[in-house]
Amino acid sequence: MKTFYEQAWQIRKLILESLAEAGSGHTGSSLGLADVFAVLYHQVLHHNPLNPDWEERDRLVLSIGHVAPVLYATLAHAGYFPVEELKTLRKLGSRLQGHPGRDFGLPGIELSAGSLGQGLSVALGMAMADKMDNKHRRTYCILGDGELQEGSVWEAIMAASHHQTDNLCAVVDRNGLQIDGPTEQVMKLESLEDRWKSFGWNVISVDGHDHAALMNAFESAQKMKGKPTVLLAKTIMGKGVKSIENDYHWHGKAPSKEQLEGFLNELNKSRYYD
Amino acid sequence: MTKWINKGSKPTRTGFGEGVRAAGSKNDKIVGLGADITQSVGMHFFAEAYPERFFSLGIAEQNAVGVAAGLALSGKIPVFSTYGVFAAHRAADQIRISLCYNNLHVIIGGAHAGISVGPDGATHQALEDIASLRALPNMTILSPCDATQAFIAVQKAVEALNNPVYIRFGREAVTDFTVEDQHFEIGKAQSMRNGRDLCIIATGHLVWEAIQAAETLADKGIEAAVINMHTIKPLDEDAIITAAQKYEKIVTAEEHQITGGLGSAVAEVLAENSPARLLRIGMPNRFGESGTAEELLAKYQLDAKGIAHQIGSWINS
Ligand SMILES: Cc1ncc(C[n+]2csc(CCOP(=O)(O)OP(=O)(O)O)c2C)c(N)n1
Ligand SMILES: [Mg+2]
Repeated sequence: MKTFYEQAWQIRKLILESLAEAGSGHTGSSLGLADVFAVLYHQVLHHNPLNPDWEERDRLVLSIGHVAPVLYATLAHAGYFPVEELKTLRKLGSRLQGHPGRDFGLPGIELSAGSLGQGLSVALGMAMADKMDNKHRRTYCILGDGELQEGSVWEAIMAASHHQTDNLCAVVDRNGLQIDGPTEQVMKLESLEDRWKSFGWNVISVDGHDHAALMNAFESAQKMKGKPTVLLAKTIMGKGVKSIENDYHWHGKAPSKEQLEGFLNELNKSRYYD
Repeated sequence: MTKWINKGSKPTRTGFGEGVRAAGSKNDKIVGLGADITQSVGMHFFAEAYPERFFSLGIAEQNAVGVAAGLALSGKIPVFSTYGVFAAHRAADQIRISLCYNNLHVIIGGAHAGISVGPDGATHQALEDIASLRALPNMTILSPCDATQAFIAVQKAVEALNNPVYIRFGREAVTDFTVEDQHFEIGKAQSMRNGRDLCIIATGHLVWEAIQAAETLADKGIEAAVINMHTIKPLDEDAIITAAQKYEKIVTAEEHQITGGLGSAVAEVLAENSPARLLRIGMPNRFGESGTAEELLAKYQLDAKGIAHQIGSWINS
């Protein structure tokens, strides 16, 4: 099976460079999600960077707007806009807002988001519309694990199984961390598998850094009839930069320009992991 | 001058619901969403006529607003109606980000507006919904004065706009007095009565009460003009400035807190453009309570008699 580790590595490099240039932003989970994004944009999604508004495209809703850097890096790397533009991240007049904003005209942005707990509802509405219209495209929604503490997410989880939106696939970034610390200390989420299952979803737990496993999971989600699927993707916050891995202090911090070189060196050492 | 005639009474929510059904018959992109109070908020007309385009989402207003956003992003025109209190407050953040920041064409029905909701009491009486929604960029707020106008407001919200719209309407049967072929333009106030001494700018159910109050005042030699401010946002500033210059005394009347609603909106326009004496009639910074609609409107001096009384004491003070 073809894998996309090189692409994920490139995405991580762009994330670090753009965040260092911005001087602020969310490094940890952006790095942690790079493999999921590489697999989605290089294998799973039907999309066309040259025609971002293509009617038949699969849609990806980023509910956790704070990981905008991984979305931007992935889109630029895939050809949606020039990689150079990543340098404008978070700056005045940029299309790359701190959290994605549709109004600013960046191609490939499906939803303005950043207030946690809203994206899955919107993705559900999209999936319902496609069912009504007999469209066969799919909707993907990226959620954080801490985000699942928002009650509104469970409203959406309940409603998606009620309406049998099997064209909807959620991915939870199960890094076990949030701003104040480990999720299980801030507000216990386990057993996540049981919880999603009891709400009527098809649940797949998967290593969020294993491309083959991710592709298999997405494929089996596609085959599932009558139920939406969630991938509980186990990831490491900060993945690729050893010195910050699993450190929740890096949830919302950017590397300084001085730190960047060291981080890129660390990233280099992890280039051929799998 | 907008002509009107007393056609008997009808709930504005019925006008809204029939309006959604009518819009749905002309446009198959209209989709309805329900949150377990479907009939109460007038959506049963649409749900019964177009069951394949109506989705039950349970008692989950935040999710419903998000789902509406997703449907709109897919080319549908969703109508989600619930009580105004729950739309504006429970789902406030979803309305702010998923609807307004994304600037999506979704129609939110804000039912049970005002104190005239009656016996259910304070929890169900939307008295701060305008205040919390008025500040949101991209939002349009319509507050039709009767069932006929509520019907028309829905058609206009579907045809003339491409952004989030909040349509506010009441529960009780009230006088239905505007005509079917009225000129209704979003953002353009309707002049309902000429005057000489002052101008009442009213919205929603209180437009009729204001017209009646003006009749009472006329008997005492006070001639009050009446304007129907059916659009709260974007506000018809020209109409307010013109009235201020002509009458020098302005009264606002609304079933809403005097803070943050029509009264505040008018005060802002007057202060910046054309200062005039202003009396704000509405809820005086307190929650509602149980009682019949009639009793409550009387208690808070929001019926014709109360409005005339408040204006009478103010003008002589
Ligand atoms: C409604 C809302 N509350 C709080 C925040 C602030 N916030 C941003 S990210 C975050 C932590 C989210 O945790 P998780 O979903 O696990 O993301 P991770 O930290 O793993 O990136 C918080 C509390 C927000 N953006 N929205
Ligand atoms: Mg997390």
